[in-house]
Amino acid sequence: MLKLDLNQELVQRSRTAAKQITGAFDWLFEGYSSVAIERTVLRLLGIDGANKEGEPLPNIVIDHLNANSAINKGAAVWVANAMLAKNLSAQEVAEQVSQHKLSLTELPLASAEQLFGVLQPLTQQMLSHIRSQKQKREEMFAQFGARRSPAIYVIVATGNIYEDVTQARAAAREGADIIAVIRSTAQSLLDYVPYGATTVGFGGTYATQENFRIMRAALDEISIEEKRYISLTNYASGLCMPEIAVMGAIERLDLMLNDAMYGILFRDINPKRTLLDQYFARMINAYAGIEIQTGEDNYLTTSDAIDKAYTVTASQLINESFALISGIKPEKMGLGHAYEIDPEMENSFVYELAHALLTKELFPDAPIKYMPPTKFASGNIFKTHLMDAMFNFMGQLTGQGVQLLGMMTEAIHTPHLVDRSLAIENAQYLFKAVKDLNQSLCLAPDSFVNARANEVLQQAVTFLEKVAEEGLFSAMAKGDFAEIKRPENGGKGLDGVFLCDKDYYNPFMQQMKQELGL
Amino acid sequence: MSKNIIRPYGDTLNDGKMQISFALPVSADAFGKEAARLLLIQMGFDDAEITGMRDLREGFTHFIAYAVTSAGIDTSKIKVKVVETPVMDMEATDAYISEHLGRKITVVGACIESDAHTVGIDAIMNMKGYNHRFGLERYHGFNAINMGAQVPSEELLARARAEKADVILVSQVVTQKNIHIKNLTRLIELAEAEGLRHKMLFICGGPRISHELAIELGYDAGFGTGTYSTDVASFVAITLAKQLT
Repeated sequence: MLKLDLNQELVQRSRTAAKQITGAFDWLFEGYSSVAIERTVLRLLGIDGANKEGEPLPNIVIDHLNANSAINKGAAVWVANAMLAKNLSAQEVAEQVSQHKLSLTELPLASAEQLFGVLQPLTQQMLSHIRSQKQKREEMFAQFGARRSPAIYVIVATGNIYEDVTQARAAAREGADIIAVIRSTAQSLLDYVPYGATTVGFGGTYATQENFRIMRAALDEISIEEKRYISLTNYASGLCMPEIAVMGAIERLDLMLNDAMYGILFRDINPKRTLLDQYFARMINAYAGIEIQTGEDNYLTTSDAIDKAYTVTASQLINESFALISGIKPEKMGLGHAYEIDPEMENSFVYELAHALLTKELFPDAPIKYMPPTKFASGNIFKTHLMDAMFNFMGQLTGQGVQLLGMMTEAIHTPHLVDRSLAIENAQYLFKAVKDLNQSLCLAPDSFVNARANEVLQQAVTFLEKVAEEGLFSAMAKGDFAEIKRPENGGKGLDGVFLCDKDYYNPFMQQMKQELGL
Repeated sequence: MSKNIIRPYGDTLNDGKMQISFALPVSADAFGKEAARLLLIQMGFDDAEITGMRDLREGFTHFIAYAVTSAGIDTSKIKVKVVETPVMDMEATDAYISEHLGRKITVVGACIESDAHTVGIDAIMNMKGYNHRFGLERYHGFNAINMGAQVPSEELLARARAEKADVILVSQVVTQKNIHIKNLTRLIELAEAEGLRHKMLFICGGPRISHELAIELGYDAGFGTGTYSTDVASFVAITLAKQLT
């Protein structure tokens, strides 16, 4: 069996440093909330829909509270108070606010006990629905068998949810285990979630609750016919992290891309906003049994895959630590990495073997998310198809959890039906061909692979200890990550972060924390 | 046949053999295969042979075919528009700028409108560049301002005006439903309306952009896949120097 001999002292130090980095954010997680978190609370209370202009009701209510400088108590308090005073449902309260028939802050505030009495049954109702979705997933896996490893993950990205359904159904029948609906390119920077089914998007399809529902229903149908549970994934990232997480929890998505570090570095989202949003989003994911996936592969699309390999390892360790704080178990942590080494380099496969084994062995219980070659994919689809075969070989050989299949047309367009089918054929061939090869191999004593893995780990430890010393925000401001400078008070979405009042109340977070043992 | 006429090459000069791959919304059977063959005949191919057929499920089938075309191209009539300035490395470009312009060239770059993919603009502009070519930020001769992703055209033009830019550099990576054409056209129209179009060079780049397309859209130059910072920097330096003379 292929097994690294990792320096255990380094492994220990890497985790200690990561914990020190992520442990420094209690002040943020305990003391602050954001407009996205409050909109999430409204959705959990059952508020949905949009006005005639397409503005979602959760946004209208939060803007209303902000305009009246009342957000610091939390949205749940004001909505419950209006429900009590006017004998309305949460949805009716939101509708009346949007029609300017109701001003939430003009009503006299009921006692904490009374508000609790209104919120308690609503909290139980929604959390019970989310638990039932989790149970349904578990039952279907129990009935049809566990997901294969590496799982076959493909994307659909037509912009039209109904066209996506056609392509997803075909892919699932051909052997895909996980369908990802790629979002429209601008969505990560929208500070609201569009409403309803959508048929126009660019480079992808808008993440909306209705689109989630449509795709989940289609995949449930195929799951039953193919006797294989087909998982669905989307992106709880950008400015609406927890909102999309909760929509996924309600509609039974199975995985969610969820990574604040990615948002800060590659989408220029404010560090405080996104780490805070991620804290609640991951808690929702944990509660709903949703597997998170992180975006470390992005470090290598801009930086050299060998020189900067340690940044992937460092980010994985930070992501693991943040995930633990939110109650996510290792078996639900799809930490990311990518096969992005220059194919012209001699022994590129050998370097990659070291990196892939390092990730696998540092996080033995995590369903590692393995990304395909993209940087060196070109218009030469034949060469790219061959690179994807090497990537699939590596995925099976090193036991990665989720294989995001490379497309031969990666550098040209979002995948056509044929591209995706050929990618699945490629993966199935390689997975089958080298299925048990690992069992018959072992690394030579003093192998390059082992030395290289320890070298990357050493670099990651040095880096993490430096970051732990100066603090994550300060390190990011100095450009220590991905050579991109992101100051603590820069980026998008900072104005949506606010300090909580002493009597702030988020019934869902409180209940989830309790049940998750946080 | 005129000696200037060329046809696809299989294994004999001008045999016209081509490989073709496509999907049809038909079943993977004799009926579907005939549909694929007839399509090729309708396209003008001879000897169309469906060599591979794969069931894509849900009523779709993938066909792989070989066929012969009688179409040919007269090479004496081909005209292409390409960027014709020579390519210099960073040191040579910096020296050229200091000799011919005697000042820094200001470049404002962005991925405009809905495009969130900065990989192209970063490869050209950022300090570290791409594949052993440093980006414009590293050049002494350039004042490079990279505004990043999803920049509205109005903001890009406003910044370029404020910085008295010599060059606007636009990247478009997402091309679904030709969104890149719409975005690039919008920018040029706004620049015309604001009287900025002829005050600076307008250059676009991206995987589906050619110099010819760029000229058609009203830009000064376009750079496609495989472009490095050195290509862009040399073009800018030489073009601006020529404008002075």
